Amino acid sequence: MKSFTFRIGGVHPDENKITAEIPTKEAELPKQAIFPLSQHIGAPAKPVVQKGDKVKVGTLLAEAGGFVSAPIFSSVSGTVAKIDASVDASGYRKPVIIINVEGDEWEEGIDRSDKLEKLSAHPELTPEEIVKRVRDNGIVGMGGACFPTAIKLTPPPTAKAECVIINGVECEPYITSDYRLMMEHPDEILVGVDLLMKAVKVDKGYIGIETNKPKAIELLEEKSKDYPHIQIVPLDKKYPQGGEKQLVDAVIRRQVPAPPAIPVNVGAVVQNVGTAFAVYQAVMKHKPLFERYVTVTGKKLTNPGNFLVRMGTPMSQLINACGGLPEGDNKILAGGPMMGKALPSIEVPIVKGTNSVTVLTDADAHRKEPSPCIRCAKCVSACPMGLEPYLLATLSAHQDWERDEQEDIVSCIECGSCQFTCPAHRPLLDNIRAGKQTVMGIIRERAAKAKAEAEAKKAAEEQKAAK
Amino acid sequence: MDFLITPVIILGAIGLIAAVVLFACSKKFAVKEDPRLPLINEALPQANCGGCGFPGCSGFASACIKAAESGSLDGLNCSVGGPKAMGQIADILGLSVAASTPKVAVVRCNGSCANRPKIAKYDGLQTCRTVNSCGAGETACGFGCLGCGDCVAACKFDAIHINPETGLPEMDENKCVACGACVKACPRNIIELRPQGIKGRRVWVSCVNKEKGPAVLKACKVSCIACGACVKACKFDAITVENNVAYIDAEKCKLCRACEAVCPRDAIRDINFPKPVEKKKPGAEKPATPAKPAAENAPKETINTNSTSVDAKTETPKNDAVAEKPIELKKEA
Repeated sequence: MKSFTFRIGGVHPDENKITAEIPTKEAELPKQAIFPLSQHIGAPAKPVVQKGDKVKVGTLLAEAGGFVSAPIFSSVSGTVAKIDASVDASGYRKPVIIINVEGDEWEEGIDRSDKLEKLSAHPELTPEEIVKRVRDNGIVGMGGACFPTAIKLTPPPTAKAECVIINGVECEPYITSDYRLMMEHPDEILVGVDLLMKAVKVDKGYIGIETNKPKAIELLEEKSKDYPHIQIVPLDKKYPQGGEKQLVDAVIRRQVPAPPAIPVNVGAVVQNVGTAFAVYQAVMKHKPLFERYVTVTGKKLTNPGNFLVRMGTPMSQLINACGGLPEGDNKILAGGPMMGKALPSIEVPIVKGTNSVTVLTDADAHRKEPSPCIRCAKCVSACPMGLEPYLLATLSAHQDWERDEQEDIVSCIECGSCQFTCPAHRPLLDNIRAGKQTVMGIIRERAAKAKAEAEAKKAAEEQKAAK
Repeated sequence: MDFLITPVIILGAIGLIAAVVLFACSKKFAVKEDPRLPLINEALPQANCGGCGFPGCSGFASACIKAAESGSLDGLNCSVGGPKAMGQIADILGLSVAASTPKVAVVRCNGSCANRPKIAKYDGLQTCRTVNSCGAGETACGFGCLGCGDCVAACKFDAIHINPETGLPEMDENKCVACGACVKACPRNIIELRPQGIKGRRVWVSCVNKEKGPAVLKACKVSCIACGACVKACKFDAITVENNVAYIDAEKCKLCRACEAVCPRDAIRDINFPKPVEKKKPGAEKPATPAKPAAENAPKETINTNSTSVDAKTETPKNDAVAEKPIELKKEA
C-alpha cells in the first residue's frame, strides 16, 4: 500500500488507542444538561428560550449571534431551568442554558430511521440548499476547532475550491471516536462527502486515513467503489497529520501559505469525518447537531469506551460510566494528550468540539522539570509549520512582540510537537501560545485602527465633496 | 632631522585643515537643543521606568518642553520624582504646576491560600500571562490574583514581592513610586494606582470578581458579592457597585471606614490606620429597635421577609457562616 505524509516536521507519540475496538455505546441521558452559548469560533449564540420553557430534543435553544456563529439545539427534552453562567473547559464562567431533563421526546421533523438516503435520490438538493441546511442545523467543524461549517462551504470569491479533503486521520493519541464512526457509519460518511462536494461544486473528494487504521481503510475502500469520485488516501502515521494544512500537504501535495491564507486558497476544503456525518444527518435526516461520538479513555480507567453522547452531558457522568476516576493524581483533558485542554472541573459539559475525555494518571499527569536549552534544535525539525520554536518561545518570554511577528508566530498551530520532542522539557508551547495571543491582539488592534482611520478619511472626503 | 620635518609639517597641516573643517561643520550643522533640556533632565530621577508614558526620562523632558510652548504642563507627571521634580521642572520652564496627589499601587485581591481554596493544580510555565491565557488558574475565581509574580518581575524599584504565606503580592509603599509597570503587567487588572491618602491611610475594595453572588461565595471567603451594604453605609456617595463589584472613589472617600464595618465578607481593606475598625454587631446595629430578634435569629428573619434583602445584609453579622445563607437565598430567588 503506497502511502504519503506531510513533508515538514512531525513527531511520533505513542498511539495508546486502547478503545479502538470497543463498539460505541449510547450514553445515558443526563439529569441536567448544560449548553454553553459559545461552542464555536465566533460570536456567542443568542438564547431564544426563557426560563420555564418546555423543550424537546432538537428544539432551537439559541440562534446564531453573527455571521461567524452557529445556532445551538437542545439534545434533551425537558424544562429550561435557568440561563446562567457556568464553568467551561477553560475554567472561566461563561453564559449557559441549563435544562432539567424530563423523558426523551423528539421534535417531529427529525427522521430517526436508519434508512440510507443517497444524494442521487434527492435532485432538489442544490448547493445553496445544502449550505442553508448545514447553517440552520448548527453544524460546526467536529475535529475540535468548531469553525462554523457553512462558512467553510462558501469560500471567498478570490479562492476557488477544487477538491474536498475529509480528515479521517485521527493522529492524536488515545482518541478513537472518528475511527469508530468510520467503522460504524461508512455509508453515511460517504453520502456526507457527496453532499459536501456538491455544496462547494467540486467533483473530487479524498478521505485521508492513517495506516494505523487498516480496517477503516479497507472498509471505506470497499464501500467507496460506488463513489468513483471519492478516493481513499492511506497516509503514514505521523502527528499532527490531522492539522488541516498538514493534511492538504499530505493528500494533494500543496502547501498552504502563511496566515491569513486558508486551505481553500490552494483549492482544498478540509472537513472532518465527524462533520461529514453530521452534514449527512442534517441535510438528509433534518437532525440538528446535538449529539456526537466521544471517546472516554485513560490507561488507568477500569472501563474505557466510546460513547454516542448528547451534548450538554457533564463529563463526570461519562467518567463514572467508565468506572470513575482512578486513584492518584489525575489530569482530565478535553481532547487528547497533545492538544487537549486540561480541565479544572469534571462538571464541564460535552460540547460540539469535544471528541474525547482523556484521563492521565500519576506520572503521565505531571510535567517533567524543565532544564536549560541545549540548542539541539530538535524542536525546529519537529515543527510542522517550519518555525523555530526555541526562538519564538524566548522572544515571547522577553515580550519582544515585534520580532515575534516577524518570525511568523501567528503561523503556529499549537500542536505541541516542539514541547513533546524537547529533551530539556522546556515549556516552549506555553510561551509561544501566550506570545501568539498577544501578537494576534496587536494585529487585530492595528487592523481596527487602520479601518477606523480609513473610514474617517472617507467620511471627510465625502463631506468635502458634498460642499 | 630633515626626515622628521616633512612628516611633522604634513601631519600638522592635515590636523589644521581637519580642525578648521570640523569647526565649520560644528557651527553650520549644530543641533539646536533647547538649553532647558539638560536642566530638566537633571531634575528628573533618570530611572527610565516609562511610568510617565514616554520612552525614558529624556523623552519626558522633551515632552515637557513641547508642552511648555502651549503654556501648560497638564497631563504630564513624573510619579517617581513626585511633586518635587515637577516643581523644579515648572520653575525651569517658568510655569506653575498643579499639585498632583502622590499615588501608590494597591493589590485588589485578598484571595490567599486560606481564603480561596485551590481546586486544581497548574504545573505549566509559571507566569501570570501564561496561566491567564490557559484558563482560570488553580482556584475557582477567574478574576483573582494568580500569584506567579509578573508584577514582581515588572517592578524596577523592588517595591513588590510575593508573600510566600498568602501567595499574594505585597507592596512596599516606601519604595513604590506609582510608575504603573505592575498595573500593565497584571493580566487580570488587579493592581490599581490609588492616592496615597492622608498619613498613608487608604481604604479600598480588595476584590475584582465580576461574577454574581452565589458563584463568588463559593470561590473565595473574602469576595465582594455586590450586596450594596457599603453603598448604604457610605455617607459621602463614594462607593458604587458596577458589574457585581463595589468600588470606592478615593477622591470622595473621607476614610471613615463605615463601609469596612458593615462589609459581611471582609472584602474592604484599610492600611496605616492606628486602630483596627470595629465591626458592627447585628444587635448593636439598630439599638433603637429592641423588638428585633437576637443575633442568631436575624438571618432567619431576613429569609421570611425576603424583600428587604439589602437592609438584611447591613444587619447580617460578621460571622461568614451565618451571613452566607440569606445572601445566597436572595440571589437564587
